[in-house]
Amino acid sequence: MTQDLSKQSNRLQEGGRIDRAKPLTFTYNGKQYKGFEGDTLASALLANGVDIVGRSFKYSRPRGIVAAGAEEPNAIMQIGSTEATQIPNVRATQQSLYAGLVASSTNGWPNVDMDLMGLVGKVGGKMMPPGFYYKTFMYPKSMWETYESYIRKAAGLGRAPKENDPDIYDKMNQHCDLLIVGAGPAGLAAALSAARAGARVIIADEQSEFGGSLLSSKETLNGKPAAEWVAEVVQELSGCADVLMLPNSQVNGYHDHNFLTIQQHCTDQFADRAPNGQIAQRLHRVRAKWVILATGAHERPLVYGNNDIPGCMVANAVSTYINRYGVVPGKDLVLMTSNDNAYRAALDWHDAGRRVVAIVDSRKNPKGTFVEAARERGISILVGSGVIEAHGNKRVTGVSIAPLNEAGDAVVGPIVKMAADTVATSGGWSPVIHLSCHTGARPVWNDDILGFTPGKTYQKQLTAGAINGAFSTAAALSEGFSAASDALSHLGLAKPERVLPEAEQIQESKAMALFHLPHTKPTSKAPKQFVDYQNDVTAAGIELACREGFESIEHVKRYTAMGFGTDQGKLGNINGMAIAAKILKQTIPQTGTTIFRPNYTPVTFGAIAGRDCGELFDPKRYTAMHAWHVERGAKFEDVGQWKRAWYYPKGNETMQEALNRECLATRESVGILDASTLGKIDIQGKDAREFLGRVYTNAWAKLPVGKCRYGLMCGEDGMVFDDGVTSCLAENHFLMTTTTGGAARVLSWLEIYHQTEWPELEVYFTSVTDHWSTMTISGPNSRKLLEKLTDYDVSKDNMAFMDWKSMTVAGVPARVFRISFTGELSFEINVQANYGMHVWKALFEQGEEFNLTPYGTETMHILRAEKGFIIAGQDTDGSVHPFDLGMSWAVSMQKPFSFIGKRGMQREDCVRENRKQLVGLKTIDPNVVLPEGAQGVFDPKAPIPMPMVGHVTSSYWSANLNRSVAMGFVKGGLDKMGQKVFYPLADGRVIEAEICSPVFLDPKGERQHV
Amino acid sequence: MFHIYCPHCCEYREEEEFHVAGQAHIARPLDPDACTDKEWGEFMYFRANPRGIHHELWVHGAGCRKYFNVTRDTQTYEIKEVYKVGEKPSVVADDVK
Amino acid sequence: MSDVTVAAELKTEPKLVTNQLPAAEIMGESPLHHADLESVAKHGPQEGGVHFHERKLMGLLTLRCMPSAEQQEVIKSLLGVALPMQPLTSVTADDSPIGKVSVRWVSPDEWLIIMVGEKAFELETSFFEKLMGHYSLVNISGGTTIFNVSGRHVVDMLKKSTPVDLHASEFPVGKVVSTVFAKSGAMICRVAEDQFELVVRRSFADYLWLWIQDASREYGLVVHH
Repeated sequence: MTQDLSKQSNRLQEGGRIDRAKPLTFTYNGKQYKGFEGDTLASALLANGVDIVGRSFKYSRPRGIVAAGAEEPNAIMQIGSTEATQIPNVRATQQSLYAGLVASSTNGWPNVDMDLMGLVGKVGGKMMPPGFYYKTFMYPKSMWETYESYIRKAAGLGRAPKENDPDIYDKMNQHCDLLIVGAGPAGLAAALSAARAGARVIIADEQSEFGGSLLSSKETLNGKPAAEWVAEVVQELSGCADVLMLPNSQVNGYHDHNFLTIQQHCTDQFADRAPNGQIAQRLHRVRAKWVILATGAHERPLVYGNNDIPGCMVANAVSTYINRYGVVPGKDLVLMTSNDNAYRAALDWHDAGRRVVAIVDSRKNPKGTFVEAARERGISILVGSGVIEAHGNKRVTGVSIAPLNEAGDAVVGPIVKMAADTVATSGGWSPVIHLSCHTGARPVWNDDILGFTPGKTYQKQLTAGAINGAFSTAAALSEGFSAASDALSHLGLAKPERVLPEAEQIQESKAMALFHLPHTKPTSKAPKQFVDYQNDVTAAGIELACREGFESIEHVKRYTAMGFGTDQGKLGNINGMAIAAKILKQTIPQTGTTIFRPNYTPVTFGAIAGRDCGELFDPKRYTAMHAWHVERGAKFEDVGQWKRAWYYPKGNETMQEALNRECLATRESVGILDASTLGKIDIQGKDAREFLGRVYTNAWAKLPVGKCRYGLMCGEDGMVFDDGVTSCLAENHFLMTTTTGGAARVLSWLEIYHQTEWPELEVYFTSVTDHWSTMTISGPNSRKLLEKLTDYDVSKDNMAFMDWKSMTVAGVPARVFRISFTGELSFEINVQANYGMHVWKALFEQGEEFNLTPYGTETMHILRAEKGFIIAGQDTDGSVHPFDLGMSWAVSMQKPFSFIGKRGMQREDCVRENRKQLVGLKTIDPNVVLPEGAQGVFDPKAPIPMPMVGHVTSSYWSANLNRSVAMGFVKGGLDKMGQKVFYPLADGRVIEAEICSPVFLDPKGERQHV
Repeated sequence: MFHIYCPHCCEYREEEEFHVAGQAHIARPLDPDACTDKEWGEFMYFRANPRGIHHELWVHGAGCRKYFNVTRDTQTYEIKEVYKVGEKPSVVADDVK
Repeated sequence: MSDVTVAAELKTEPKLVTNQLPAAEIMGESPLHHADLESVAKHGPQEGGVHFHERKLMGLLTLRCMPSAEQQEVIKSLLGVALPMQPLTSVTADDSPIGKVSVRWVSPDEWLIIMVGEKAFELETSFFEKLMGHYSLVNISGGTTIFNVSGRHVVDMLKKSTPVDLHASEFPVGKVVSTVFAKSGAMICRVAEDQFELVVRRSFADYLWLWIQDASREYGLVVHH
């Protein structure tokens, strides 16, 4: 197990931006290794000579590190030293190394070096052509779950932790004049110019350090190493109060109206767990007046035979590992290129003291600064040739090189084999246009740079540098400055002075359009030529898809799964499109490109959730008496966001026992309900009465001051959506109550009609839901209880049913409403909420002699069901009008104004025969409680599917009646009193019930009038 | 995530402060009782779904609670203008002009 | 009962205005009563980047009106300061007829008037007596509380909570906005460079108090009583 920890066979003695004085120990696949501060996990693995970082998805082939940034398709790691801190889907190229980091490869089962799937893979590969899922695994459908678990296990896409993540994730809203994405030469030049002009700037970069490409090359600025200029800029920016610098931060989404999301890695770049109190990751939600995309470009690898053997890399990644991390990822290099730029990899390799076997250039006559530099070093250059195949198994051992024709699509001479352990390739650069695509811009092909650049945008967006194809440092700096100048002038800020460092002058000869190297065998027979490493999509696979008739690039993508991986095909997509274009005999712009969507790289669920989890997942609303309910041992029910007392079990009572006790106590003596959650709306103005008449179905013109009235509210379709009692406080002053869940909706309903339809009505609505604590005392002894707490005359003569009065209760000014939802003598006491608890407690002090019993929402439901009172939202569902509910008494068709719902409830379908109507349901066996939701039928012996006639909406055990009570809809039910309806249940029982009046108790309503 | 200028608060606010309330300028018939079922059905249920310029009613729910109109391009999501209830849009689709 | 009712028995009055407060010996419980901020203040940290204080049991009235010039004059005499007609602005007066008062714009026809709790009924009564025409004045003191938050990291804490731009150039002292706060809402007023007042609804107060504690954790939270 133990290795020589100091041994980093590929580490250079000097150079790079790592700190050799700060060694760090980390674990990869159970083995310990050493790296240095400044390493990424990928650079540290390469330093230690780790070749294989995963197994491929379909064919289970060994895979190594290919790239050095976000585009890496293979080195996808599971990170975390404990179960709770597991993070899947981390690119080793983007994970900073820290002491104690524990990583494991996610592709490869049971392990990457000795893979059982390898055997299957070799056979299975033949069985897994493109369209594999569609063709094979969809049938038979019932087997899908089996297939899926097999595929998932084999594919090993990482796993979620089984324990709660202990870290804190956070979100922060940001606003700025200018958001600059990318801190390479273009981004830094832009940031500096904008900061000097006094703009509010955010500059974000996914890397741990600002500098971008400047950190990976040997270029100079002002004659000094480029990194020195970077350091100067960073220092100046950090002194600006209105500049926010975000390293380790991926701008992951670009949304409408310049809204962008940035995932900042705060501590997970240097620790497994965030130090106490610190934030692990923060999602910045940015609204930017202007955006500059300076996202750079990704180098394209070339597609050739066995181009996935570990040791095959992108040319620029080789330079990055050497220059930035002091790591040479091999000994003998073959560079395959179609352009000058990639020569730098060979120069860096050579200068690091290792052997460059050959540079293979597809062009006949390359010349330019880098080409000359290679010649000066005596590096062998094979022109007009291509690497058509790599050899090896777990590491490259050599390559086959062949002369190519002018177009680069045919082998025209004998093959030469050369030994090498590393193949670096470059087919040119693809601008990183992903963010520009997020808002719907279609990329545009540019023949000069052989890549797609950002298309027309409707956002306040500018682009600068390599994203536009301005690949040289000098051009990137200049474009960064220009973009900032444009943004500043749009923002109305003064243009800055043009102060840019002097970059080296580099001559480059024209690049050749080369994507896919030919082989001596046809593509379908040649060794696998990978286009998309993550999804094992090959050139042959794309050819097959095109031959099978998939001509749209979007269809090719879906059929082959190209670009479907977590890397979204950052490396492979352009090559894939070029191959499809060639087979379809059209140009790349004719073929088009697929569009990238958010997010640019995978985002953790933690960053998305932020602090909206646990106790803060959703607001919990409490009444002023909540602490009392808790102390009394109440069970709570969620009603909207409210926590309402559900029932109050005593001792070992079951729920039903508690409900029975609460129900009996209320009807026998007095119970109390915390009704504070009911919506309450203060309505004032001389047209208040008129307005009520328009929004309620019944009449309000003559309601006297001091009186309360029940009302139904309908939509324009005539269907009931809320109900409640509204009281006339004074001539032009009303208090409306709504259901708990409907409060906000009703207030919006009143406002929209007032603001858009009837602005001429003089009326104002103000929510007072939270202002009043409401406690309902109900039962024959409720008056006696109230009398103990007030001097006011609450006798029947002075305070009749549906009256309200101002009085003092327990020393607190109160508005008391004699309304009833239980059918009992009831008083609804409202006091300013800061005094709710005082009055509630006083009621209990005085209520002992009456066995004052608190009851919750469940008992409330039972008591009202015994009386046949509906609950809007339970006994209504948006498809029933007042007549369906048997509540024609609550509708006044004579009102002069055509109230909301009137026309709707007179539509043909609303007045037809045999609509479902709400009725009482009396089970033949009184001990059986119908399940709510059960569907009724008239003939239980009818063949299935039986004609259904309506469902049970409310059903309870009534302790007061010693039997079950229920309400439900029955077709034509109001005309079917006494008839039978049957409820066949899933468990085979058929419950028989008789249709009856929904009023089970006190049908004459005498109890509430005492 | 839209950035919406509230014509009452007179500044831009984030979409999460607002709610859309459907197509703008759907006036309630002045005499509903005189409407046929078809006319009433048109008023209640039938809405335009244009590609391009569209007028919508929004409410600044978390802010001033005022309703107002938005002219929006349903293709580009650009907001062309906002205007108060009772006002007419200045930007309209070509086929409406 | 005559002490609590001005208009309830006068059936011809257009509006009902009643004193809603009991005698002073009955103690009101603010929405954060259960959090026992007094002992948190005593035993909790004394240093940190965010400071928190509940201005409890204040008097808050919602005024709805499209005031005519005449109405504006009357309102000015009652408040001791003119209604702020500019959107998103607020005014304060130290020596109004009801003592210190803060008036905050909510919408073109809505203002929030804040004063000490005991003065709310007095102001309601003077409006009732002196202000004619169409308006509504509603006491919301029991349904609302005020969080005062301050400190050198107060803006950072608020940036986690609300999407409004709090940069001093966009949000100067005196500005007031109604907006989203966490998954609830708040009216936010900047009362000093690093000090804000959040007017929040009673039922959401506990959620928002938990939220502020959590959002302040990385900066340290100091509670004052």
